[in-house]
Amino acid sequence: MKHFELVVIGGGSAGLAAAVSAYDNGVSNILILERDKELGGILQQCIHNGFGVHTFKEELSGPGFAERFIDLVNKKHISYKLNAMVIHLNDDKILEYVSPEEGYVVIQAGAIVLAMGCRERTRGAIAVPGYRPSGVWSAGTAQRYLNMEGFMVGKKIFILGSGDIGLIMARRLTLEGAEVKGVAEIMPYSNGLPRNIKQCLEDFDIPLFLSHTITKIDGLDRVSGVTIAQVDGSMQPIEGTEKTFDVDTVLFSIGLIPENALSEEANIDMDPKTRGPKVDESYQTSLRGVFACGNVLHVHDLVDFVAEEGTKAGVAAAKYINEKLKSGSIINTIPKEGIGYIVPQRIQAINCDKTVELMFRVRKQYKNVELVIKRDDEVLRVIKKKHLAPAEMEKVILKASDVAECQHSLSIEVVEVAA
Amino acid sequence: MKKVEMICIVCPMSCRLVIDVDDAGAVQSVAGNSCNRGDIYARKELTNPTRMLTSTVKISGAIYDRLPVITSSDIPKGMMFEVMKALANIEVVAPVKANDIIIENVCNLGINIIASRSMEQVH
Repeated sequence: MKHFELVVIGGGSAGLAAAVSAYDNGVSNILILERDKELGGILQQCIHNGFGVHTFKEELSGPGFAERFIDLVNKKHISYKLNAMVIHLNDDKILEYVSPEEGYVVIQAGAIVLAMGCRERTRGAIAVPGYRPSGVWSAGTAQRYLNMEGFMVGKKIFILGSGDIGLIMARRLTLEGAEVKGVAEIMPYSNGLPRNIKQCLEDFDIPLFLSHTITKIDGLDRVSGVTIAQVDGSMQPIEGTEKTFDVDTVLFSIGLIPENALSEEANIDMDPKTRGPKVDESYQTSLRGVFACGNVLHVHDLVDFVAEEGTKAGVAAAKYINEKLKSGSIINTIPKEGIGYIVPQRIQAINCDKTVELMFRVRKQYKNVELVIKRDDEVLRVIKKKHLAPAEMEKVILKASDVAECQHSLSIEVVEVAA
Repeated sequence: MKKVEMICIVCPMSCRLVIDVDDAGAVQSVAGNSCNRGDIYARKELTNPTRMLTSTVKISGAIYDRLPVITSSDIPKGMMFEVMKALANIEVVAPVKANDIIIENVCNLGINIIASRSMEQVH
């Protein structure tokens, strides 16, 4: 059985960044396993601009951003396999993968970085009534068809869900000559970045129906129409508010789910909120020597932060391989009032050099509130926030010295301030 | 003097800008931006709004049939569909390098359409 010091599962932004940083920190025997026919992951279909502002101080397209990392991987002669699908992972860090070139292969890893990304929620996840005609797509699938393979999925389109991929596809399909009749969002606020509401919908006069959902998809062989309705406070359609649209295509942009079949198979502890592995300050999962980063850990808004997380996971994996990663007493991070989740879920202060970053999302929209960070139930810091929304990941950076004094837990909560 | 609020679209940070505009319509000050590009964006958006445009052109001999392309700089918002028309007739042949010029001075805007990635020739 072949042995690699580090195996990175997934050659997208997280995996590439992790491989590069592990290499830069002294690990040379690295293998990246990528199931697609080229490196770059989902970035290759995200042809819009806005990537790299933080990482490269430049505004790049998705493929442009990917190419920067692919060039680094090639320059450092980091080895990778394409068309290589990992089918099994066990808790002894033995991986099984298949590829057309090599067939079935079993390898032993010294350390592993999980960087499998995420997949889209589908129509099945929300049970939309109607037949099963063709013309119903997840937004990301339509994006791949259009931007990489050159196929339009339809001419008259309705989009359910205001996630960023849906918004970006609304603009893209409009530019390519389709008529996008509207976007419906079940929540009273958008789930996409504000910039995308503006430049993808408002620029093209595409209506956004907040607190609306699809109640019916018409068509037997092909979508022939869609009916939406307003929803009440408990998200039930309100009778009499229906609107119908003459469309041939419906896109779903209703969220992303970290792709963790392998993590679950290896019995890694999962966080039911993020649907990713629970990790510590070094992005190490409950399985020693197995790290997770990017969208497999928790769904991000910005690829820059995915790559940043990959870089940190790569550094930590190198530390582990060089026997410099320590085990210390554990501080738990606890999401309290208004906070959906916190990553990392636990911290060992002994491994924190200068700072500790806590990433989290709020559960709903807030205006003029305070984020209160408590150390062992004592207020450590209060941050005033004019605006908080679930669509925008928040980050708090704590001094390692502040964390070192913690006994058992760090918590974050949203506190409404009296006007 | 009036205050105009808008969301910066330059990068995914989506900064909330507050702009002071005087009675003659001139921008007096921009607040809420976290970098200088937000300031530039706010002033342009109120006078001559521009957008980066990304799309694809046909490519043959490459791993996929489409090459992603991007404008070398932002173009007037009203010209997006004109530029899309110009892209519809283009076909390139692999290999292509990232930043190669695909259309020079597209629609006489003084801006180029460039490849946003490299695509090698495959057999």
